Amino acid sequence: MDAVFLARMQFAANITFHILFPSISIALGWVLLFFRLKHLRATDPQQKLDWLRAYRLWTKVFALTFALGVVSGVTMSFQFGTNWPGYMERVGNIAGPLLGYEVLTAFFLEAGFLGVMLFGHRRVGEMVHLGATFLVALGTLMSAFWILALNSWMQTPAGYEIVDGQFHARSWLEIVFNPSFPYRFVHMVLASSLTCAFLLIGISAWQLLKGVATTNASRVLRTGLVLAALAAPAQMVAGDFHGLNTLKHQPQKIAAVEGIWETTRGAPLLLFAIPDDATRSNRFELPVPKLASLILRHDPDGELKGLNEFPSAHPPVLPLFWSFRIMVGTGILMLLVSWVGLWRHWRDGWEFSLMPRPLLKLFAGMTFAGWVATIAGWYVTEIGRQPFIVSGLIRTSEVASRVPSASIALTLAIYVTLYVGLLVAYVGVLKYMSEKPEKSSAAVTSEDLAQDPLRYQSRGEFA
Amino acid sequence: MMLMSFDELLPLIFIGLMGVSLLVYVVSDGYDLGVGMLMHRATPDERDTMVASIGPFWDANETWLVLGVGLLLVAFPKAHGLVLSELYLPTALMLVGLTLRGAAFDFRVKAKADRKAMWDRMFIAGSMLASVCQGWMLGRYISGFGEGWNYPIFAGAIAIALPTAYALLGATWLVMKTHGELQEKAIEWSKIAWAPMVLGLILISMATPWISETVRLRWFTLPAMIAVASIPITTSVALLTVRLLLGAPAVRGALCWLPFALLVLVFFLSFLGLSYSIYPYVVIDRLTVWQAASSPESLRVILIGVCVTLPVIIAYTGFSYRVFRGKTIELDYA
Repeated sequence: MDAVFLARMQFAANITFHILFPSISIALGWVLLFFRLKHLRATDPQQKLDWLRAYRLWTKVFALTFALGVVSGVTMSFQFGTNWPGYMERVGNIAGPLLGYEVLTAFFLEAGFLGVMLFGHRRVGEMVHLGATFLVALGTLMSAFWILALNSWMQTPAGYEIVDGQFHARSWLEIVFNPSFPYRFVHMVLASSLTCAFLLIGISAWQLLKGVATTNASRVLRTGLVLAALAAPAQMVAGDFHGLNTLKHQPQKIAAVEGIWETTRGAPLLLFAIPDDATRSNRFELPVPKLASLILRHDPDGELKGLNEFPSAHPPVLPLFWSFRIMVGTGILMLLVSWVGLWRHWRDGWEFSLMPRPLLKLFAGMTFAGWVATIAGWYVTEIGRQPFIVSGLIRTSEVASRVPSASIALTLAIYVTLYVGLLVAYVGVLKYMSEKPEKSSAAVTSEDLAQDPLRYQSRGEFA
Repeated sequence: MMLMSFDELLPLIFIGLMGVSLLVYVVSDGYDLGVGMLMHRATPDERDTMVASIGPFWDANETWLVLGVGLLLVAFPKAHGLVLSELYLPTALMLVGLTLRGAAFDFRVKAKADRKAMWDRMFIAGSMLASVCQGWMLGRYISGFGEGWNYPIFAGAIAIALPTAYALLGATWLVMKTHGELQEKAIEWSKIAWAPMVLGLILISMATPWISETVRLRWFTLPAMIAVASIPITTSVALLTVRLLLGAPAVRGALCWLPFALLVLVFFLSFLGLSYSIYPYVVIDRLTVWQAASSPESLRVILIGVCVTLPVIIAYTGFSYRVFRGKTIELDYA
């Protein structure tokens, strides 16, 4: 197989594996801060204990998630150079400072305070500990800020000038706040909120089904449902704006997403189709007349550019068309499930013991729904940039490494094996941790806690 | 010496920053990789303590690697492409090792109890793989990626020497951070690792001038030779002091920190020596810092960021080490 394709597969494998973990931890850091504050402010001893238990379980999830994000992120920082050496040689003047600022302002901040956040509670005061938790959460958000600035710049480059084939910065403000950046940043932060919310919902529902840790699981489930019910509609609106922005700057991406080959007025929304690059047409179309034009132009007879306007400069259609439908479909499902769940919960008088088991099973089944939507969404935007690495300016094939394809194939096989193994272990450990009653909790009751709140804290469970 | 303009100076500032990041990485991740490798000689309880001693730090330690490679990528893109293409396979294997280790670190205490031994093996194997690959990469790098029968032997020797250096660093870290039986074991491990580490250092010092004429001329020309001789002399004194301390009772008590501190000094001096050998090249005899550097405008933008953030990073790293100072106790998520 050709080296460029293998290098792309390898990079795709790495970023796919990597994004699973930040998509949880960006939001989970803030959720942990919320749990901790609820624990501190609760006056009822049972409530206090519940929030503390919730904080402990989810801190472990955070630690595990964060570690996997770090190790796959380290790999990614090397793969920029090993897989795309020409990229840095051409746009290093722009990509370099953005990556540099990510390391300096985000990575060190997270990593520096993570130790204090995870293990420092008995060594520092409550305020310092809260501060450390806040800084870790802030660090993950800053990291998203810088990497999305760079990613968005590659989609919608701005603020640069080209001298002898080399890119130079003209305006850093325009580079960072390039046209697609605000939309992509909001879209990703909301995606993380939804991913995290469904992880909270799914694991807590699983605990309720198994009858473990029911009192704290109820509180976490409610937190997750509220977060999802708020984030899901917000994501619909943000996604719509992001789509309109893409239409303006990368019309070929939208044409592929909608499966439109010829420029059309009043384009239909295709619910189903199998786009075929060879015949440049769709098979088995299931259209809703004029809906695509209505959504994208806010006018049923609006004109949408077709793929044939972009000869040899548009992305592959089939993966884009379907990734987009998987993303939107999962998003709609998450909206429905969170709203129905919350409505039912309200009708039950906020009592989870009345929640029907099939609904809890549905919640548990959607534990990783956020991952599906997030990955599908990233495939839309990343594959949608092809065949370019910097939209319209540099083709991916121009910057690929000259490492022999056998070496790339070998390392690709090793990476994929490793990632699949770690992913299986990650999901297995989440399941195990959620089913296992907390070791030290057996001996501690709410009465103990009421008499001596410090006693529970000092009986640390080995990390 | 002629005066340089600020733009000419920038690549030098950045090669300095990159070097310091990699030095901090080698020392800090060195001790935790060392602790990881030593775990195969420890009992399950001791393993928990050993992991606890590095638990709050390993993540931040690894960030220095990202910074070092990031600076190489950002400031010297041409060298980055050359170095990482030459070191493609060892880099990939090192990353596999680091990934295994970082994942196993968290999995070992969160997975089912009967899986813990398996994750410990992963942790040990990952630490070893990463260290050996780093040794090989160092060996290839300082010999300028030369071709010929002697080069792989040299890189292979470093691939064995660097892990023993990490093991020694890790063992002295444990001498400092633990007490009782584990501390006794750590002292024994330090004694075992000392000789091969010294041998490796001598090998590098002898082989680099032999392989590269640039290095030979630089070290063995008078009068510079007299001035730079202080580097190997101080290094030797520090290493001998470490060996003597390991036999002394004080290392169990008040002076438990000294072997580790002296080894950090040895790493620092070796780094100085290496820098002196290589300057002004990024890739020896092939690419100078000025040939490899990116545009001054971009370097200036990053430099502002570095000047603002680095002091803050050093401050909160110091804070974290202060919070977890003293002998290691159990870690818990309270």
